[in-house]
Amino acid sequence: MTSPQAPPALRLRRIYEVAPRDLDRAGTVSTEVRRELLALGMSPDVVRRASVVCFEGEMNMVLYSEGGRIILLVKEDRVELLFSDRGPGIADVDLASQPGYSTAPDWARELGFGAGLGITNMEQNSDLFKIRSRVGKGTVVRATILLGVPFF
Amino acid sequence: MKLARVVAELGLEALATGDLTREVGGGYCSDLLSDVLAHARPGDLWITHQRHLNVVAVAKLRDLAGVVFARGNRPSPDVVARAAAEGVNLFLSSEPAFEVAGRLHRLLHP
Repeated sequence: MTSPQAPPALRLRRIYEVAPRDLDRAGTVSTEVRRELLALGMSPDVVRRASVVCFEGEMNMVLYSEGGRIILLVKEDRVELLFSDRGPGIADVDLASQPGYSTAPDWARELGFGAGLGITNMEQNSDLFKIRSRVGKGTVVRATILLGVPFF
Repeated sequence: MKLARVVAELGLEALATGDLTREVGGGYCSDLLSDVLAHARPGDLWITHQRHLNVVAVAKLRDLAGVVFARGNRPSPDVVARAAAEGVNLFLSSEPAFEVAGRLHRLLHP
């Protein structure tokens, strides 16, 4: 018996709210995402990469945005993390993506944030990575990790 | 080398211990969280001066063998509690980071 090719099945969808400036709760979404991926039996490599991507995105939302949400989608062939915030938006995404560039205030730097490596880390741990941002509106980031693809 | 032996040899004070049978592959010294996420290897012992809650998350997400707070920088009880709940190994050393790193290196690469 034959059937038409089905689209990649969605194995898991989770939506997490991220509150701005709440450093004590920061990291909880990433920790939860890690737990979900481990529960699905994902490889340690995929779990680590997704965890790093999620943590950096989460910290950026906590430190710099007015809050937003993170959506975790797990499909048969990929893990997707979607970050969307309520502003303020990034005027120059290329500049913000440069290693070492940071607008972190002193108090955040003293806590070890603001190395200017957040977006770089997200990009380097993703197979597909896209940022869209508009000042006054907000920022949307989509990071995709493909399963079963060699990663170096 | 097993974490339990590293802890004994370096005279570290255990603050939170999840799994002391973990293998320690190396060490990493940094106070920048993104730097640790990018460059520390799973199984590394992380030596740092940071001592807030996000340190626990970074150690967990990067799958590190544990965290050593150098120069007697003791974290607050809520940090220790979070680590215990997450199964992250936390240790305290009265020595400066340079000494801890040096002794760890000598131990792992005699």
